[in-house]
Amino acid sequence: MKLIPLFILIPFCAAFLITLSAKWGKVVASVLANLAALSLFILSLFCINLVANHQILVFKIAGISPLLGISLVADALSAFMLVVVNLISFLAMVYAYSYMRRYADAWKFYALSMFMLAGMNGVILNGDLFSLYVFLEIASISAYILVSFGGQAEAIEASFKYAIMGSVASIFILLGIGLIYSYTSTLNMADISSVLATVPQGTLIGFVSILFLAGFGLKAAIVPFHSWLPDAHSSAPSPVSAILSGVFIKTLGVYALCRVFFNVLGFSCNMPMIFMTLGVLSMFVGAILAFAQNDIKRMFAYSSISQVGYIIFALGIGTPLAILGALFHLFNHALFKPLFFLNAGSIEYSTGTRNLSSMGGLNQKLPFIGYTSLFGSLSISGVPPFGGFWSKLIIILAAVNAGYFGFAFLAVAAGILTLVYYVKFQTFAFFGKENDNPLSVKGIPLAMKWPVAFLAAASILTGFLLIGPLRPYLDSAVNVLSSGIAYNDLLLGVFKQ
Amino acid sequence: MDLYFLCFILFCVGLYGVLRKRNIIKIIIGVVIIEYAVNLFLILIGYRLSGRAPVLETDQQIQNIVDPLPQAMVLTTIVIGLALIAVLVSLALKLYEKYGTFDITKIRRLRQ
Repeated sequence: MKLIPLFILIPFCAAFLITLSAKWGKVVASVLANLAALSLFILSLFCINLVANHQILVFKIAGISPLLGISLVADALSAFMLVVVNLISFLAMVYAYSYMRRYADAWKFYALSMFMLAGMNGVILNGDLFSLYVFLEIASISAYILVSFGGQAEAIEASFKYAIMGSVASIFILLGIGLIYSYTSTLNMADISSVLATVPQGTLIGFVSILFLAGFGLKAAIVPFHSWLPDAHSSAPSPVSAILSGVFIKTLGVYALCRVFFNVLGFSCNMPMIFMTLGVLSMFVGAILAFAQNDIKRMFAYSSISQVGYIIFALGIGTPLAILGALFHLFNHALFKPLFFLNAGSIEYSTGTRNLSSMGGLNQKLPFIGYTSLFGSLSISGVPPFGGFWSKLIIILAAVNAGYFGFAFLAVAAGILTLVYYVKFQTFAFFGKENDNPLSVKGIPLAMKWPVAFLAAASILTGFLLIGPLRPYLDSAVNVLSSGIAYNDLLLGVFKQ
Repeated sequence: MDLYFLCFILFCVGLYGVLRKRNIIKIIIGVVIIEYAVNLFLILIGYRLSGRAPVLETDQQIQNIVDPLPQAMVLTTIVIGLALIAVLVSLALKLYEKYGTFDITKIRRLRQ
């Protein structure tokens, strides 16, 4: 139980130490950040095994009962998310060792990344709504600054746009939390749902649902709230884009959405239909807009919207099989989208351009990037035996099983669109004819290669992992969501111990 | 009830500022107004008519005190809001440096 607060304490301490050691140069800051991220990743692996044995771990801050004080709760779903978040953050930090050298004040990047990591771990672990809001703001504010880190006019413009939209979304969430508190007189998530089960549910819960959907939906970049994402994710430095697209939108958006809607408010009324409609809309709008992009990072950013649409769609179906598909797709997307963003960073580092039309025939000069991107492309566009195929297959099968044939057809069509624009990316960038004025190519350092190699290997292996060692962990995470409000009785039982 | 209604009007004023104003400083002020409206709402949730401050002494009967929890929440949100405003204002200054204007409709290099 003493393990849980470390997930928040380690990154905060690391950020503090990085700030103190700023004058000793970039290498010290980088090593500190890497050590912190590595230790968090190892701890998260330890934690997921501990949760597999004990089911739920609760840490009461200052020993006060969770119903009155603040508590940290680690269950199967949070442990799963912790592993994903800390793994991707660690890989991005390793990549940043070489990539961030060109920036004069790289220590600020490491310190802010550690704050962002602390915020994400806090969102995953907390047991009450208000501290969810606090950690969400810690993560968001560091993300606003990190987006503007490059200092170009575009980056600052994107950051300002993101900051305004993100802060209004956060205020909506806070308003929802205030309304919930006034209705139930408690902030603890498990307690809220047990109180809501006893009182009649008026229009207030519907209003709060809309506030939370708008707030967390903007953080997750579901379609009507997506306009900040392509700007912000494409203007940020590549390791930041990898964290933002790979895990940030899923932690602050998707995880918080499903935690609030499945375990606290109850997933009923029109919510499943709204989730499915928004999901399908995101898939299509993301895919169609991604097809039209010429800047590779913008294309990947739009593709993120499309893939998050799959996750939201599967959560909307709501059957255990669909939730399994959603979580597995979340895991897969967390592996291949950082791969693309890191490779986009390597291409930019090596050739100095992100423009698709000025590339071409890069595969002869940068075979490593070409082949790892190929693995990622095959996985994201759903070619068997890669991980992305299995997760999309599970989602579509779940939709057919639940009787949503129209939606299943649309999901298949969006999958084909995905295949089309990734084929376009691969041909234009890597396999096509060399451009008339060939780009000068710089060698890529080792620290920028091995995180990508790891991710490429993982995107093949995940397909097989589903049959083997990954399955029990995923199943218990699915169980947390599919048991819905009933899960809270279990949690309240643990609190009383 | 009147108070809640006035609080809602304040919220709408802030939202209007964010959505309709062209000057980025005014947009930031809009965000601040929304945030203060929500803070005021939280305080109103905890308020009891002629309630007294929630200070607990040893030999004291607890009767008609205001709810201290929303007050603690508001303190936290004020601190978060301060950090947010600092970030927003520094971004606005940087934008002015780069574009030479505070007009949001002229800051559109991303959309070209």
